[in-house]
Amino acid sequence: MGYLYDSLLAAIKLIVGFDKDVLITVWTSLYTSTVAILLASLLGIPVGLWLGISKFRGRRALVTLLNTLMALPTVVVGLLLFGVLSRQGPLGGWGLLFTPAAMILGQMVLATPIVANYVHAAVIGADRRILPTLRSLGATSWQASLQLLRDIRFGVMAAVIAGFGRVIAEVGIAMMLGGNIRGTTRTMTTAIALETSKGEFAFGLSLGLVLMAVALLVNLGLNFLQQR
Amino acid sequence: MKRSTILMSLLIFLLFCSSASAFDHLRLATTTSTENSGLLTILLPPFEQHNNCKVDVIAVGTGKAIKLGETGDVDVILVHARGKEDRFVAEGFGVDRRDIMYNDFVIIGPTDDPAGIKGQKDAAAAMAHIAAAGFTFVSRGDDSGTHTREKELWAAAGVAPAGNWYLEAGRGMGEVIVMAGERQGYTLTDRGTYLAFKEKTPLRIAVQGDTRLYNPYGAIMVNPQRHPHVKADLGRKLLDYLTSQSARVLISGFRHGSEQLFYVED
Repeated sequence: MGYLYDSLLAAIKLIVGFDKDVLITVWTSLYTSTVAILLASLLGIPVGLWLGISKFRGRRALVTLLNTLMALPTVVVGLLLFGVLSRQGPLGGWGLLFTPAAMILGQMVLATPIVANYVHAAVIGADRRILPTLRSLGATSWQASLQLLRDIRFGVMAAVIAGFGRVIAEVGIAMMLGGNIRGTTRTMTTAIALETSKGEFAFGLSLGLVLMAVALLVNLGLNFLQQR
Repeated sequence: MKRSTILMSLLIFLLFCSSASAFDHLRLATTTSTENSGLLTILLPPFEQHNNCKVDVIAVGTGKAIKLGETGDVDVILVHARGKEDRFVAEGFGVDRRDIMYNDFVIIGPTDDPAGIKGQKDAAAAMAHIAAAGFTFVSRGDDSGTHTREKELWAAAGVAPAGNWYLEAGRGMGEVIVMAGERQGYTLTDRGTYLAFKEKTPLRIAVQGDTRLYNPYGAIMVNPQRHPHVKADLGRKLLDYLTSQSARVLISGFRHGSEQLFYVED
């Protein structure tokens, strides 16, 4: 019991004490995850809409593929991009490995299928008559899609929140592509892994509690946006 | 409309943040034992201030650190596996190897010492004894410097470790000490990590002092002729600094509690 109590106490100290190292890791986690989820949304929302609206041969196969990609292990994404971004890899000249940009790229790959799947499900669940009705009223297909998006906005928000939760909580990609560099690519999750390997279990757990507090704040913010 | 404005300005702001970086960065791949001990957080800042740069430390096992050097993804490596280091230089991947410091390995085990190896001076014989009696031994199993040394000791003992007493964890030193403690087994660890875990593990030192447990660390610069993007000037300065008198004072003055973790050659 002492262990859990110590962690809770340490977490509160970290939050109210504004420890500089902890603040930097919180910031790194937040901004890489945020950029990653925004990019993933830019890709995933159109893909989800398109899969939900259009009818073509092979659509089911594509949806199944997308569903399967939701099960992508983070280390596999890490390994894949490691090979691509390493100096020996095809994009090695960019020198992106062990930078925040590499983590963002990996997390984007991780989150895009999640966003696309959720949006696809929301489109399928929406009223099937919306699009024909809008078109008959003279809307272009672009305007009709925008209106549909407005109708399923709660589903889209759920997609973004699910994707964000996945990327801010993942450790494999951040560790492999970021390298857990202090002050640069150390995120909350890689910091927890590091503290665990040092045997600082209580401190690691307290960082976990800080992570949950940050996630709560982000979700409160999204909730606020949603209600406006 | 307003919401998308908020989101877009957030995105632009974040992209700005990620591109801002005024310092020159030098990448150092090193072992988890060096990083976890906390040595680098006191050793590197004077160098960073003097050269107005930042050393990005990537802490992995020795095997992976050497791989990162081979592919040119880092500028300098600081590792502990002499045989592999010499091969790294001989094959043209690295240049200018320097001896930096040393510490030693110890074999730790349960306090009641079921294998009866406590005080044994011959590390290989002690390990042969563990194997013969089938007491649990937890191996790093991750191609790290410690794992390399362990395999050398098994070879010296004439044992091919296999069986349900031999657990290959594939994890870092700290995790392996915890695992060995839970399973009441033996393991080989560097002294620094053991001291950091002394409070948290029921295991105690059984064997120490064998010359084969000596653990030297070397720093090598990645060959700039092979990888032109390597920061050779800054890398050379780091090697010079690590072998300088001021760094030697910092290394030998570094303590965990009252115990010295790293030593420099006289």
